[in-house]
Amino acid sequence: MEKLLLLGDEAIAQGAIDAGLSGIYAYPGTPSTEITEYVQRSKLAKERGIHSDWSANEKTAMETALGMSYTGKRAMVCMKHVGLNVASDPFINSAITGANGGLIVVAADDPSMHSSQNEQDSRFYGKFALIPIFEPSNQQEAYDMTYEGFEFSEKYEIPIMIRLTTRLAHSRAGVKQSALKDQNKISLPKDMRQFVLLPSIARERYKILLDNQANFEKESEQSVYNKYVKGKDKSMGIIACGIAYNYLMENYTDDECPFPILKISQYPLPINLIKKISSECKKILVLEDGYPLVEDMINGILDKDLIVLGRTNGTIPRDGELDPNIVAEAIGKPIKKGKDVPGLVVGRPPSLCTGCPHIDSFDALNEALKEYSKGRVFSDIGCYTLSALPPYESINSCVDMGASVTMAKGAADAGLKPSVAVVGDSTFTHSGMTGLLDAVNENSPITVFILDNSITAMTGGQKSHATGRLENICLGIGVKPEHLKILNPLKKHHEENVKIIKDELAYNGLSVIIPTRDCIEIIKKTKKTTKEIEK
Amino acid sequence: MKIDIILAGVGGQGIISIAAAIGYAAVESNLYLKQSEVHGMSQRGGEIQSHLRVSDKEVHSDLTPQGSADMIISVEPMESLRYLPWLSPDGWLITNTKPFINVPNYPDINLVLKEIESFPNHITLDADDIARKLGSARSANIVMLGAASPFIEIPYEKLENGIRGIFSRKGDKIIKQNLDSMMAGKEFTKNYLSETSKV
Repeated sequence: MEKLLLLGDEAIAQGAIDAGLSGIYAYPGTPSTEITEYVQRSKLAKERGIHSDWSANEKTAMETALGMSYTGKRAMVCMKHVGLNVASDPFINSAITGANGGLIVVAADDPSMHSSQNEQDSRFYGKFALIPIFEPSNQQEAYDMTYEGFEFSEKYEIPIMIRLTTRLAHSRAGVKQSALKDQNKISLPKDMRQFVLLPSIARERYKILLDNQANFEKESEQSVYNKYVKGKDKSMGIIACGIAYNYLMENYTDDECPFPILKISQYPLPINLIKKISSECKKILVLEDGYPLVEDMINGILDKDLIVLGRTNGTIPRDGELDPNIVAEAIGKPIKKGKDVPGLVVGRPPSLCTGCPHIDSFDALNEALKEYSKGRVFSDIGCYTLSALPPYESINSCVDMGASVTMAKGAADAGLKPSVAVVGDSTFTHSGMTGLLDAVNENSPITVFILDNSITAMTGGQKSHATGRLENICLGIGVKPEHLKILNPLKKHHEENVKIIKDELAYNGLSVIIPTRDCIEIIKKTKKTTKEIEK
Repeated sequence: MKIDIILAGVGGQGIISIAAAIGYAAVESNLYLKQSEVHGMSQRGGEIQSHLRVSDKEVHSDLTPQGSADMIISVEPMESLRYLPWLSPDGWLITNTKPFINVPNYPDINLVLKEIESFPNHITLDADDIARKLGSARSANIVMLGAASPFIEIPYEKLENGIRGIFSRKGDKIIKQNLDSMMAGKEFTKNYLSETSKV
């Protein structure tokens, strides 16, 4: 069969479709976005009626997927690592309820923070929830693990996690497809109380989860994804997890690795395989992308004879993603390096696009704030976070989805008046609305900017959840109509916009200002589509 | 056979299209391929790069090890220099000379070009100008692919199929413009190599 050229993300999507997926749920987030987008574009998915619309946030996505699993159908939920923080409540509890139809949770981590605010390692969440984790080392494994994962999930009635990192998510390779499976029919749980986590039932369910740990471990021992490779030189053994295995093998393209290798792509850890390699070798090098999870587990606290090398003892840098050169250094291979980057090369950070409506919004806000001392603007996650950089230097915080509104309220509670929140339309509906309710209830003296460009722009232009309804949502939450202002962020309206902002900043209560103008990239895209249609 | 290519440019300059065309050609030639891309925040006018690895044997790492790339193909001159640590000492530096200036401290372009020309194996051309003269201003990226094509051990016809494949939805006119752009880039390099009697 001809191979498909797929991103790691797309391999997961195709694997899920072929395995009889009935619904995918997600909120866009780099590097996970392309999984859902692939299903949205897929003709086969459309023919099969696979649900693929975006969810309002990762928590609603996780819960909706769990609801589909309840009915016996196969569901998948995808998110970036920090999205799992948002979804963590239903995620942890889904391990207690268990699954009915196969349920896969995909977490795409971003070591080196290419497009994120931290590099947390989702394997900790999987371990915390006590569920099996699959960590593909390449695109084919990403496909196969997803394809087979639903069956695994149904066998033990447990959600499983697939964890990948940016590099695999956004790298293409040839992938062999397996045969297309039918979708499950609706078949509700045999035990109608399975999903009722009343304490008395939850205690029973938790015991089932605990009892299953031995089964999960046995599966890991026998998994085709975990393999022990013999080596003659027992002075060191190498444990390589997920994509780290490729970086190791890259260093042995022309010769054979002399050290025993334990490749790990399925968790919980296969204890017997770990014992085997650690009893044979004097020291163990652990290669894993992300936090030192495996390293810490085998290291422990008490003194042992075994020497463990990795991120905690300085053999590997403590932060950032792995690459073939870091691994070469750790295994003592000579390191090749090209010429240094010439001194004249300067950084080229990402920036707001020419014509972006946010530029005019920040110009107006900066001018309106001139009469106050600096440090009052709490912002959020989106393109507008780039306003932290010159020439705007407008914002003073960016923490997590929705934190702008609540942090501004906290600062106002402390006496910083006025405090300003700046949040995008999609981030507002993701996690900003509840914080706004807090501010309404106390008529907090903050000015909330909802920058409405009618799209989720940063991740490439996905549908925003409340386009055309933001005003009504704010009124519904209880914002006073006389302090709800809609602006048109254009240069020609600059003076009047500054005046409106100044007036609201001076008001000792809650104001919401919604600068409304379409994202410039989206206008370009729509124009293109219209042109294509005209052809 | 094994080729490691670093593609470089600024977000929006179309380096993913170069990668896709080579990828298409590699798959059609039954070669193994890994191609790492940059999505997300950096696409907003920031520096972007793609590692493209093609081989007749399995490719392990999605990232090219430093000091081992056979060539850097860059759609922007300063960006071509950013990835020198990855270029093998006998690799080729193939770059557009037209700067994309969206930072206030962009260096003197003459110094940038001098730096590029100090590298023994380099190909420099004004791909924007060539594309514009062909009436296809947006295909400077494909001109660069053409300029690199003599160094890519994949039959040229397969690259042409790659162009047809990735632009198939855009219609015959766009396909022809891009095929012409690629040919113009190829001709440039061939002439340059024969004039300087390299290779």
